[in-house]
Amino acid sequence: MMRGDQANRLNNGGLIDRTAPLSFRFDGKNFLGFKGDTLASALVANGIKLVGRSFKYHRPRGILTAGSEEPNALVELRSGARREPNTKATTAELYEGLEAASQNRWPSLNFDVMSVNQLFAPIFVAGFYYKTFMWPAKFWEAIYEPAIRRAAGLGRAAGVSDPDHYDKAWAHCDVVIAGSGPAGLAAALAAGRSGARVILCEEDFVLGGRLLADGGTIDGLPAAEWIAGAVAELTAMPDVRIMRRTTLFGVYDGGTYGAIERVNDHLPVPPEHQVRQRLWRIVAKRCVVAAGAIERPIVFAGNDTPGVMMASAMRSYINRYAATPARRIALFTNNEDGWRTAETAIAAGLQVAAVIDARPDVSPAHRSLASKGGFPVLHGSVSAVDRGKAGVRKISVALTGGARAEVEADGLAVSGGWNPAVGLTSYHRGRPKWRDDIAAFVPDGAPPGMVAAGAANGAFGLGACLREGFEAGAAAARDAGRGGNIGSMPVADDEAFSLTPLWHVAGNGKAFVDQQHDVTASDVELAQREGFQSVEHLKRYTTLGMATDQGKTSNVAGLAIMAAVTGKSIPETGTTIYRPPYVPVAIGAFAGHHRDENFHATRLTPSHHWAAEQGAVFVDTGLWKRAQWYPRAGEKDWLESVTREVKAVRSGVGFCDVSTLGKIDVHGPDAGAFLDRVYINAFSSLAVGKARYGLMLREDGIVYDDGTTSRLAEDHYFLTTTTAKAGLVMQHLEFCRQVLFPELDVQLTSVSDQWAQFSIAGPKTRDLLKEIVDPAEDLSNEGFPFMGAREVKLRGGLKARLFRISFSGEMAFEISVPARYGEAMARNLMLAGKPFGVTPYGTEALGVMRIEKGHVAGPELNGTTTAGDLGLGKMMSTKKDFIGRVMAGREALTVPNRQVVVGIKPTDKARRLRSGAHIIPKGETPGPENDQGYVTSVCFSPVLDQWIGLGLVERGRERIGEIVRAHDPLRGEDYDVEFCNSVFYDPDGGRQRG
Amino acid sequence: MRIICPFCGERELGEFTYLGDAKPQRPAADAGEDAVYDYVYLRDNIAGVISEYWYHGGGCRAWLKVTRNTLTHEISAVEPAAGAGAAKVGA
Repeated sequence: MMRGDQANRLNNGGLIDRTAPLSFRFDGKNFLGFKGDTLASALVANGIKLVGRSFKYHRPRGILTAGSEEPNALVELRSGARREPNTKATTAELYEGLEAASQNRWPSLNFDVMSVNQLFAPIFVAGFYYKTFMWPAKFWEAIYEPAIRRAAGLGRAAGVSDPDHYDKAWAHCDVVIAGSGPAGLAAALAAGRSGARVILCEEDFVLGGRLLADGGTIDGLPAAEWIAGAVAELTAMPDVRIMRRTTLFGVYDGGTYGAIERVNDHLPVPPEHQVRQRLWRIVAKRCVVAAGAIERPIVFAGNDTPGVMMASAMRSYINRYAATPARRIALFTNNEDGWRTAETAIAAGLQVAAVIDARPDVSPAHRSLASKGGFPVLHGSVSAVDRGKAGVRKISVALTGGARAEVEADGLAVSGGWNPAVGLTSYHRGRPKWRDDIAAFVPDGAPPGMVAAGAANGAFGLGACLREGFEAGAAAARDAGRGGNIGSMPVADDEAFSLTPLWHVAGNGKAFVDQQHDVTASDVELAQREGFQSVEHLKRYTTLGMATDQGKTSNVAGLAIMAAVTGKSIPETGTTIYRPPYVPVAIGAFAGHHRDENFHATRLTPSHHWAAEQGAVFVDTGLWKRAQWYPRAGEKDWLESVTREVKAVRSGVGFCDVSTLGKIDVHGPDAGAFLDRVYINAFSSLAVGKARYGLMLREDGIVYDDGTTSRLAEDHYFLTTTTAKAGLVMQHLEFCRQVLFPELDVQLTSVSDQWAQFSIAGPKTRDLLKEIVDPAEDLSNEGFPFMGAREVKLRGGLKARLFRISFSGEMAFEISVPARYGEAMARNLMLAGKPFGVTPYGTEALGVMRIEKGHVAGPELNGTTTAGDLGLGKMMSTKKDFIGRVMAGREALTVPNRQVVVGIKPTDKARRLRSGAHIIPKGETPGPENDQGYVTSVCFSPVLDQWIGLGLVERGRERIGEIVRAHDPLRGEDYDVEFCNSVFYDPDGGRQRG
Repeated sequence: MRIICPFCGERELGEFTYLGDAKPQRPAADAGEDAVYDYVYLRDNIAGVISEYWYHGGGCRAWLKVTRNTLTHEISAVEPAAGAGAAKVGA
């Protein structure tokens, strides 16, 4: 038959919609599947067995499982910007137009050049990274690593920005349930009936878990009917939320759970305005883990041959998807449950070639099944698999007693028993315990509020799953305070489960433990010989279990083999630490909408929109966007614009939005006393109507923040902080107020967002202000002296706060108006200032003028400087205690050779000074031993017509006039600079007082 | 992780900021450099129950004293930290 004909599709049965055919492409070829298929089941239906090449050896690989534990069938799903590497074909829901490509092959899946890696297999053994390519050292980066990176690996990332949206959401409930198999549905029924708010998460797109593949009879009904009834009942409950395509992947403190909902992964492209995936944080009083169990392989030579498949997966493909992975199936099992696959194969009209059972005996029922089905039961183990073009061809069997047999088959189902999914219950460093009767690890306790039920708890029988699930659901609801009538428990028979542990069949040829990472049984043995016996060492040395499947099908087998070679028991050997997430979660989902321009919140100043109209260039300062400068037509660069703005302020008048400063109202009878304790200088002595510059230290004596604080009333101060520290200073002051000084009667209110604040500076400031402020307000030097601060009335009646403070060194005021008037204030200043040539200026001009005045800012308040370093040591009061006082007196913080703020200018006036340049004495070799400090802030000073700067330099203030080297290896520069007074402009301050 | 703020109720971790051990008390003004040095720098590294400062900056701005087990992350008590770090008179 031709491809696309679904030659391996059964004529009847399966949970597929045969009226809804879907076309898809795999490796460029067209195929058909049905709605209800996964990509894997559609490939099976189309007879595709080879779906990828392995990680290290490029061995041909097929489909091993039918779920999220799949190690082999990884594809690149979709194309272009939506390409998703390492997507499990076994969980990718088929949709019309799906495109997928196999991975890690070149030039094609059938002919892969890199499969020569198999010939070099000896060098790819465990720990090969650490020991093979160590010499000569320079070869590593140049040759070995690039070659290995090209040869080993999985899919390719899209390499471009993801065009889709991801969402994050919170949910709260009484009981969250992971898994909707018999245990999960029973738990949901019990909890839901009792009135609990329930969230049921199922990673599949259909509810039912193993019931979908294995069927059974519950309450006398076929499984499918029982599921339909249960789902209908749950859907009708208003407080039960069923979340399909949602994997509960992690558990966090305080009953918080992480879940990933694949909202639109089953569509080619998410519908408009919808997200692709949603990350849920679910807060639940109780959690029932009904995540089931994972069938485990048996490790034997050739166990990675396409056509070798887990027995339970084979049943899934046949029963759920009506797709036959093989026509003539052999079964290799060590337990009763595996036989179900033989039953399923016969029922589907397939041939059973043989059952190879490692147990000493087989039940009479199965014996008669074999004789009826006309196939032999071979007691023994699979020792080798002979591969033809289409995968499995012939299977060699080592019979118990030593004889050999051969079985011809095109598919080999393997069942080594079941491992409960112990991930979720173990994520808080829980160690599962070993149960000999099922030869598996089961949960031993769980994080608070969580309980495992059903197969996840080692109860494999259908009846037991229903019982445990129902009881766990009822108990969880009860614990959450819900006491409604839970009705009757669903009932089913329990199947017998008998198993003889078998992990590894010795033989010739590669026997894979971890198929995704190409770790073989001999790698595990090698690790043991080389001393890596601890399971944690084994894992890291061999990379066993470290692939995207996190070893769901390989970890237990790996440690069982390690146990065998070390002569210890499996529980003695132990498990590695389990860590979330249970399935890979896209980084995009964790980021949600917080990407690109929404990476963080954006804060706009009150005059932002006006500034944007003016064509301002904005700069990000923290969350804020601030106008950096206002370019005008004809200006060739930022420097020209900034220089113009500075000159306009120094000769006329300009204004700048300084609303980003942190602003805190301090109220209360003890407000002054409080400020005395948090600032190094006194504020209780500040007169009402005056402002004062204040400096805060950390308790370790280092400068924390600075700003002006004004006393607006006897019991009311208005404190400002730097833009950067606004939130932190508030937090610090609240700590001081609440925790350290509770006896003080004082209140703090953050008013940063309430006030729009503008600096108005320049000799014509008063002229401009007179147009804004009510004529009754006295703005003269006598009526409003330097460092005055008080409320004023504006023309039109609005109340504003006016502060006569200056950062620029010019005659200046800062005016605060309620934030909603900020934009109007900017427009008004432009209008009223027109006759005076008013010029808006940005943060760059602000910075130039503060450097010209020698004011310290962020680059000097850098978390290492003391008040003394900044030249502000004299501000430290000796009459009071304050935060940081004692530690500031430590010897190392007061020695005379500390690096202190000093002015710096190049001796060549045409030279540009750069911040970051290191200060080296003349005649000394640049290097750490001669490094005396560095340049912290620089600007081009329009007043001095040259580049100037501030620096932190050893004994800088004592060295005015000395010429040293500014050494800048980063930019390859070295030039002479001279130390000078840090106040370059108007050192006696006449202009700001005028 | 979730903290039951005594003022706001149970809230998610993201609303809170951690500071550290709530045991050290700010020494009195005359306690001397050694006492302040201990207060600023010396902390016990406790495996077990510790009381520590958390700031509810995303809520009521209260500083809280949270009693937490560092081994299990179990929170056994949350109370306002008012005065918890104040210098003891005569200390």
